Amino acid sequence: MNLFALIFAYLKARPLNTLLNILLLSLGIAMITILLLFSNQLQQKISDNTKGIDLVVGAKGSPLQLILCNVFHIDFPTGNIKLQEADRLAKHRLVKNAIPMALGDSYQNYRLVGTTRAYADLYKAELETGTWWQQDMEVTIGATVARLLNLKLDDTFASAHGLSEAGHAHEEHPFVVKGILKPTFSVLDNLILTNVSSIWLVHEHSEEEHETIKPDSLSASVLVPTAFASDSTRELTALLLKYRNPIAAIQLPRYINSQTNMQAASPSFEAARLFSILGVGIDALTGFAYVLIFISALSIFIALYNSLKERKYDLAIMRSMGASRSKLLWATQLEGVVLTFCGSVLGVALGHVVLFLFTTLVTESQTAGVNAFVFYVEELYLLVGSVVLGIICSLIPSFQAYRTDIHKVLAQG
Amino acid sequence: MIRTRSLSYTYNSEKEIAFGDLNIAGGDQFLLLGESGSGKTTLLHLMGGLLKNQQGTIEVNGTSITNLSESELDRFRGKHYGFIFQRNHLLAALTVEQNLLMAPYLAGLTQDRSRVEEVLVQLGIADQKKKRIQELSLGQAQRVAIARAVLNKPSVILADEPTSALDDRSCDRVSELLVSVAQQNQATLIIATHDQRLKNRIHHLIQL
Repeated sequence: MNLFALIFAYLKARPLNTLLNILLLSLGIAMITILLLFSNQLQQKISDNTKGIDLVVGAKGSPLQLILCNVFHIDFPTGNIKLQEADRLAKHRLVKNAIPMALGDSYQNYRLVGTTRAYADLYKAELETGTWWQQDMEVTIGATVARLLNLKLDDTFASAHGLSEAGHAHEEHPFVVKGILKPTFSVLDNLILTNVSSIWLVHEHSEEEHETIKPDSLSASVLVPTAFASDSTRELTALLLKYRNPIAAIQLPRYINSQTNMQAASPSFEAARLFSILGVGIDALTGFAYVLIFISALSIFIALYNSLKERKYDLAIMRSMGASRSKLLWATQLEGVVLTFCGSVLGVALGHVVLFLFTTLVTESQTAGVNAFVFYVEELYLLVGSVVLGIICSLIPSFQAYRTDIHKVLAQG
Repeated sequence: MIRTRSLSYTYNSEKEIAFGDLNIAGGDQFLLLGESGSGKTTLLHLMGGLLKNQQGTIEVNGTSITNLSESELDRFRGKHYGFIFQRNHLLAALTVEQNLLMAPYLAGLTQDRSRVEEVLVQLGIADQKKKRIQELSLGQAQRVAIARAVLNKPSVILADEPTSALDDRSCDRVSELLVSVAQQNQATLIIATHDQRLKNRIHHLIQL
């Protein structure tokens, strides 16, 4: 016999009560674990995806929409900007480099992005197989796209207009898969990359005669070398800018917003704003989880308190057999701690399992790229916290156990 | 052996009970007789170190237990005494064997399973070892309680009204068990009771 065997026997003697207490606590802990995993990974994702992008320039509208559309590829474009204007901005002395973004088509809900190699470099993308896109209508696809759509090298597909499945298919211009990227754990995994002119190509319905003359280097666009800088018909969705120096952070957004027809939005600022909006919901859920934990602590306290009344003879007889006061105190403390510790271990496990089931069963959540099997140090704090909680809710019962008056109890019969 | 000198105890700082000096030699068997309220239980608990704050001295096996601290007394109880009460007070959450092993565990002695076996055989309940307490009959449970009291081979067995709730046949059987088990384990047996039936079996009397 030892203290643990005794405590497990006590817990086993009241199986329903024990189960209720453990489950109640584990629900609260599981909820906190899920929120923790979700918000931490979301925050990580947001900062990973905005890395290297100082400013997004697009058509006027909502700045948050501009960021959601062009950085996270969630929302729809605010409109188009003229290639001419974009080109001018790209050559601005405060801009270190500019990446063109041409959106508008998708394939099975995955977006086609007409851009340059610099965009892939932003996320340090590497090829798994194949090559980068070179010619028009060639694409290099992200890892998730390849996996979920089961696309292989040299597969062809027709993109649909718009960013949802229902769009009109551009069947006359099929794309061919030239390369597949390694997972970058960024938004890139969910994208189909091609060059800007391919996007233009699929949208040219009436203009049968496309200019086949290669523009000479003098008049070629900086952003899209295959187009003329002076071509006023060409449009882009947005530009991703990197500042040349800190002064740009002050001057450039103001210049763009007031002097041009375009708007500039900072991804980090908008992401922070977005997260503070989401944060309200997360805070509310966290609050609810703490209420659950509080109730479970109360339930454990009541269970210990009541069982101590039933066990007053047990305690007295154990004292008569040589148990010291402090041994009974520890036994009661340990019982509370065992309950809360089991509850929190189960809760953390439950949190991961629920998130795993959620990410495997709900396809939309896979594109969010939340991984159920990432562990954070905060989960360790949860376990430590639960031990403290166990000590707190067994404080009064254990003190009672400590104070058991053996003579009085045993003289009663 | 047990020696008490000018022992008295005060209840709620009002009623005082004084006890005559006792000299009980090792291996003796005594009945502590008296009506309810005569202080039998108090004297038994004082001798067993379950109750403190008395006047006078109690010496058990050469140790003056009145001078021991609370935790020293706990250890002393575990090693030198076996207690039996009117109700068996077994730990209902545990099996028979676990109940018995609690005795050496709480006393800080090594847990010897063969000793458990031996005592259970002595008391004729070896086949109940793995049973839960709720599955036992009343008589079996009382035997387990007796087994627990003698398991650590205590030098003193203190029993408080072990037979008063029993019918004549059971009373006879339990008293016989107590006497024989105390003899087998060379322990001093002191039974506090108002049950006159025990006088047939134990002849040393302390009348309160």
